[in-house]
Amino acid sequence: MIEAAVRAKQFSHFFGPVRTLKDISLEIRRNEIFGIIGPAGSGKSTFLRALNRLNDLVPGSRTEGILEVHGKDIYARGTSVIELRRRLGMVFATPIPLPRSVFENVAFGARMAGVKGRGILNELVADSLRKTALWEEVMDRLDASALKLSGGQQQRLCLARILALKPEFIMLDEPTSGLDPISTMKIEETLRQLKSEFTIILVTNNTKQAARVADRTAFFLSGELVEVDRTEKVFSAPSDPRTNDYISGKFG
Amino acid sequence: MRALLWLLTAVTVFILFFIIFYVLKKGLPVVSLEFLTRNPAEMGKAGGIFSTIVGTMALTLLAILIATPLGVGSAIFLTEYTQESWVTRVIRFGSECLAGIPSIIFGLFGFILFVTKLGFGWSLLSGGLTLAFMILPTIIRTSEEAIRSVPYAYREVSFSLGSTRWQTVTRVVLPSALPGIATGVILSIGRSIGETAAVIFTSGSSLHIPTSLFSSSRTMSVHFYILAREGISMDNAYGTAAVLIIAILSINVLAYSLMNRFIRRYS
Repeated sequence: MIEAAVRAKQFSHFFGPVRTLKDISLEIRRNEIFGIIGPAGSGKSTFLRALNRLNDLVPGSRTEGILEVHGKDIYARGTSVIELRRRLGMVFATPIPLPRSVFENVAFGARMAGVKGRGILNELVADSLRKTALWEEVMDRLDASALKLSGGQQQRLCLARILALKPEFIMLDEPTSGLDPISTMKIEETLRQLKSEFTIILVTNNTKQAARVADRTAFFLSGELVEVDRTEKVFSAPSDPRTNDYISGKFG
Repeated sequence: MRALLWLLTAVTVFILFFIIFYVLKKGLPVVSLEFLTRNPAEMGKAGGIFSTIVGTMALTLLAILIATPLGVGSAIFLTEYTQESWVTRVIRFGSECLAGIPSIIFGLFGFILFVTKLGFGWSLLSGGLTLAFMILPTIIRTSEEAIRSVPYAYREVSFSLGSTRWQTVTRVVLPSALPGIATGVILSIGRSIGETAAVIFTSGSSLHIPTSLFSSSRTMSVHFYILAREGISMDNAYGTAAVLIIAILSINVLAYSLMNRFIRRYS
């Protein structure tokens, strides 16, 4: 049996008294694009942020059950959260370049990890930018402020910034919600190419995007996992009527 | 109604400009290169104000060097290392109260603690520490606001890229907050330069150029006060006042231009 990349067992999450994820049990396989769909407030983002423990930043955040990454419970005592976040790179809904140069944005994670040496960093930055098809567009202005790039370029920069961490996972939280169709297409194309190297978790409120790129898709609703299956199956013959209602646009 | 409000504004502006104009008119004729570069003679009746300029700068510099790390450190602690609770509210309330205390009380406190109890005497050190305590609330408040205005998303991004909290604070938050913090520091410089009551009891009124932290020294505002009160020389008093006003005005202009740049960058 192939070891799952992510395994959730009866995993729940709370913000104070509010239960934001209810007994989630699912598996994400290595090198697949795993789509998560659902309306706003369904717990999709909370699930992503549980995986890199970004929820920890919010006071009153607490979990129950088990959430494993490559067989290890990430909420077990002694887990290095810093290392975990490097392994599960995350791209946010709005592109958020840090107010520094293109180069420094991409090199940021490596620098924080203590990587030094201009040569190594140069190579890392160029490599990461090539993988996101951004290299050609920015190679002559690496020292320019990242805030000057277009929205689509900024989001690919954020993706490159993750790749420079040499992560095992790429997690994307509605990465194209603010982008035009062409920029969206470029991101989706990049994800397909990256699939061979990474396990990709794609949260999206655009069901068509999940249908286009995800191998398997999970449908979240009010903090519960309604259904998870191969994407074709979810979209052609969902086993739960609520999934059908959502993907056919009856609500959400 | 509009006319009335216009009138009120006009009166305000008039008073402000009248004061500045009056002081400059009476003081500027006295100000010359000699006035700026020579030490006072005959208790200030003759000579210039060089030693008091040095005293003012040394005292202000010392106060800023002490208060900036304390204030910025407290602001970082309050914003990044604790959650909002009754403890942070008490700290903030305490610092707001500190801001409202009249400066002469600080002077008296500094005199009792630094000059007599700790035995620093009338010295730059006593005056610098007293001034530092006085400007601390300003630095804490402006730093806190500057740090809070850094988008939360920057912190999330930094953490998500595997930074520690300290790295996030030093590499992401502080660089973005720097213009705001600098504005607070500059405003504090303006306040320190013009302060009289807090320093007259603590750093004394020696007319010599200070040579160490334990030298007593006279600031420009104290010099003005003594010249005017003792009736030593009104001309030289106004000359000192003119120099002081020009210094404070230029510092405020600098602060506002910094603040404008800060606002443009984040809106």
